[in-house]
Amino acid sequence: MSKKRLIPKLQLRTSRNNAKKVVLVVTKQFNETIEIGDPVSQAKIFQAQSADELIFINIDRNTNGIEMLAKIINKVSEEIFMPITVGGGIKTVEDFRVLLSNGADKISINTIAVKNPEFITITSEKYGAQCVVINIDYKKNANGDYKVYINCGQEETDYHPLDWAIKVEELGAGELLLCNIDCDGMRGGLDVDMTRQISEAVSIPVITSGGCGLAEHFVDGFLTGKADAVAAGTFFAHRDQNFMQTRSQIKNSGVNIRMHT
Amino acid sequence: MVGIVDYGMGNLLSVYNAFDYLGVDVKICKNPEELSTVDRIVIPGVGAFKDCITRIKSTGFVDALNEEVIKKAKPTMGICLGMQVMASKSFEGGEFEGLGWFDANVIKLTPFDPTLRIPNIGWNTINYEKSCPLFKGLPNHPDFYLVHSFYVKANQETDIVATYDYTYPVTASILKDNIFASQFHPEKSQDYGLKMLDNFINWKP
Repeated sequence: MSKKRLIPKLQLRTSRNNAKKVVLVVTKQFNETIEIGDPVSQAKIFQAQSADELIFINIDRNTNGIEMLAKIINKVSEEIFMPITVGGGIKTVEDFRVLLSNGADKISINTIAVKNPEFITITSEKYGAQCVVINIDYKKNANGDYKVYINCGQEETDYHPLDWAIKVEELGAGELLLCNIDCDGMRGGLDVDMTRQISEAVSIPVITSGGCGLAEHFVDGFLTGKADAVAAGTFFAHRDQNFMQTRSQIKNSGVNIRMHT
Repeated sequence: MVGIVDYGMGNLLSVYNAFDYLGVDVKICKNPEELSTVDRIVIPGVGAFKDCITRIKSTGFVDALNEEVIKKAKPTMGICLGMQVMASKSFEGGEFEGLGWFDANVIKLTPFDPTLRIPNIGWNTINYEKSCPLFKGLPNHPDFYLVHSFYVKANQETDIVATYDYTYPVTASILKDNIFASQFHPEKSQDYGLKMLDNFINWKP
């Protein structure tokens, strides 16, 4: 039985102080960003702490995004020996190829999947379903209805996250990465209700994210939300939180996670 | 020198980097002829079985592999799809013949518990034969990273050296003479995975 996974989510953007430098940032509700540091050295720390996987998301929509991402992943893969998911600004099959050949194992897509759902099927057939992660960012719109958002949370779509999740599974997605935008960076807990609805409706693995501030939030995501994995950015960026402590607390709450000593 | 078979599919860089990290000479072999220049062979792979076997055939690797792996008996390791392709037959998306090094069929994972995920993605506890040299120095129940929907069902019980539990024992590793293969990804399994690759480098079948 696969163990439940804890996944640091590393969001990347160009530094405000140096246009040539890409930095790790944390976000609040997809708006405010805080620079944390160098993504490669942070990835090494996560490896030393036995993170189960890493997710890198480029949230900077600059023109050479894929090239920049590929460079970082290439560097990371020299010393990081765990599964790596990469996303943010993917538009073409060629983008998939470039990132996979530079060390990515899975590619996460959102905007292109909504705009061209056939892209899911094409990439799934070409690289295998396990390679295609659909990132579902969602929140309540002005009318109070849950909607999927694209373009880093800027653009509302017609899809309800649950309907979209079911649809992308049919189209060939291999995994889902959920994020409730309103919970992002707020440290007030995950959206376990939506996580659970989606987890129960699909048969592919579900990663949920957005809102972890305490170890018990992870536990809720696993036990109440029925998620297969929980990803977090802000939580792990703060130095007083580390994997060892978090893992022990989660394990003690009855979640089957990997304990690596 | 470790040679990684490059038939144009999958993430070879991670496998390459893992051997490089261990300080061993490693090269990516794009041409079948290059396999004669290496001492050990690794067949990696992710994706679909049909594409994999079709590419191994169209790139001319079948003869070279049979020469180096079967005839010359060089230590060889298959990873994930690179393991599955060693079976006699796969039923993924049809019925396709594999390299036939193991008397085995590649079939879909069908856990008894319908809430279990397909593909199975994540870390699973591996139960292995303590005598298997590839697991030397590892704890009794190490976790390795897997990502798959199909698995190798070996017809010869004696070929199976490791399993993991997915409501029934799923083949995790097979071993026959100079050929070892694992469904999990040692190059993605942190220090335990690196230990296994190190064991492979020092393996004298």
